[in-house]
Amino acid sequence: MPQPGDSDTRSAVDILIASDRVPANARPDLLTEDDIWALLDEVKDPEVPAVSVVELGIVRAVHWDGRDLSIDVTPTYSGCPATELIEELIAEALRAAGFRDPNINQVLTPAWTTDWITDEGKEKLRVFGIAPPQGSSSKLSLLGEPEVIACPHCGSQETERVSEFGATACKALYRCRECLEPFDYFKCI
Amino acid sequence: MTQTEALKEYLLRLADSDMILGQRLCELCGKAPALEEEMALMNVALDLVGQARNWYEYAAELIDDGRDADKLAYRRDAHDYRNLLMTEQPNEDYAVTMGRQFFFDAWHYFTLKSLAGASDERVAGIAAKALKEATYHLRRSSEWVKRLGDGTEESHRRMQDAVDILWRFTGELITPDETDQLIAKAGIGPDPEQLKADWQGLVTEVLTQATLTPGAEDAWMYMGGKHGEHTEHLGFILAEMQFLQRAYPDATTW
Repeated sequence: MPQPGDSDTRSAVDILIASDRVPANARPDLLTEDDIWALLDEVKDPEVPAVSVVELGIVRAVHWDGRDLSIDVTPTYSGCPATELIEELIAEALRAAGFRDPNINQVLTPAWTTDWITDEGKEKLRVFGIAPPQGSSSKLSLLGEPEVIACPHCGSQETERVSEFGATACKALYRCRECLEPFDYFKCI
Repeated sequence: MTQTEALKEYLLRLADSDMILGQRLCELCGKAPALEEEMALMNVALDLVGQARNWYEYAAELIDDGRDADKLAYRRDAHDYRNLLMTEQPNEDYAVTMGRQFFFDAWHYFTLKSLAGASDERVAGIAAKALKEATYHLRRSSEWVKRLGDGTEESHRRMQDAVDILWRFTGELITPDETDQLIAKAGIGPDPEQLKADWQGLVTEVLTQATLTPGAEDAWMYMGGKHGEHTEHLGFILAEMQFLQRAYPDATTW
């Protein structure tokens, strides 16, 4: 039985295959709210597996009274196709820890912002090769110029935007003029 | 009309406009003029379809007749659709695609900005989220209108043609009907006069920078989308979009 805090090295597919296997001897009633946060911190974003759903700010709240568990999650973008999968991955991780019937609520308010990505999450994005969002979403202007983005590979600020839209809704496409590598930028919203 | 009836109607308009424009943009999947443009178009389409679902879900709860978001999207016929006529117009060349997007985005941006402060919390929450997305949609489409309008001789000619072709559908964006008035009065939707002034102000500014001439203010305007009277294009869009649900109702395994 996985213990809270154990590093979960299984892939998303493994977790899906392991569904409906609630360990018979699990004692979720012994877990604290902090344990549950630690557990959720092991659930990775399926599109950006370098960071967890907690680090991305997708998990908004944990309500745990020792008997009933409910988790508030918020989608990054209105049409993010990973939303359902993320909810499913969270439910699977909780079931694997012995929670039989975790309740996952989707909340839209307040709207998700890149400001909620933790500093640790931002650093993990950079190491993964994705430039983390820069600055605060509140400073974005409607018709403003694109910000200066540092290359996640060589650190140069001599970069240029190739496209405001990248492989997923949350990313833009950039290129470094120093090391010539293309890279993704996690857009600030 | 009661306020609740007006809200149901208004939510369907928001949802249907998002849904139909999203579907239109998806027609370009696999055949956009450049790879980056394709990603951008599909990203915008994805945002719009996601927003449509949020609006449909709320509408379904209020309508409360057993239909869910999917049934509202896939089981209503053209005369029940409440989208703006602008959103159902064909893609044509890229000037028309981006011109349509710009006229819509400008309307969408100011509408959502107002809805984000709605007295109805659910509406405000969905709109606040959608507004972040509509902001970069508008940034992108206005950049394209300027680039094409103030570009080469040919791109200018095509962009001006696009403005001329689409102008007749802009009146519907800024002409309120009873529903719009009721929704504004309820403190939910935008004040129609303000929306009109904001839209016209931005459109004039961008078209001027793009060296383009807007249509006449007293031009004949096609309206009726909000009441289910559509151009001939909508039926074809729905025929394709709804095929699977019509052929295999309630199919759950693909």
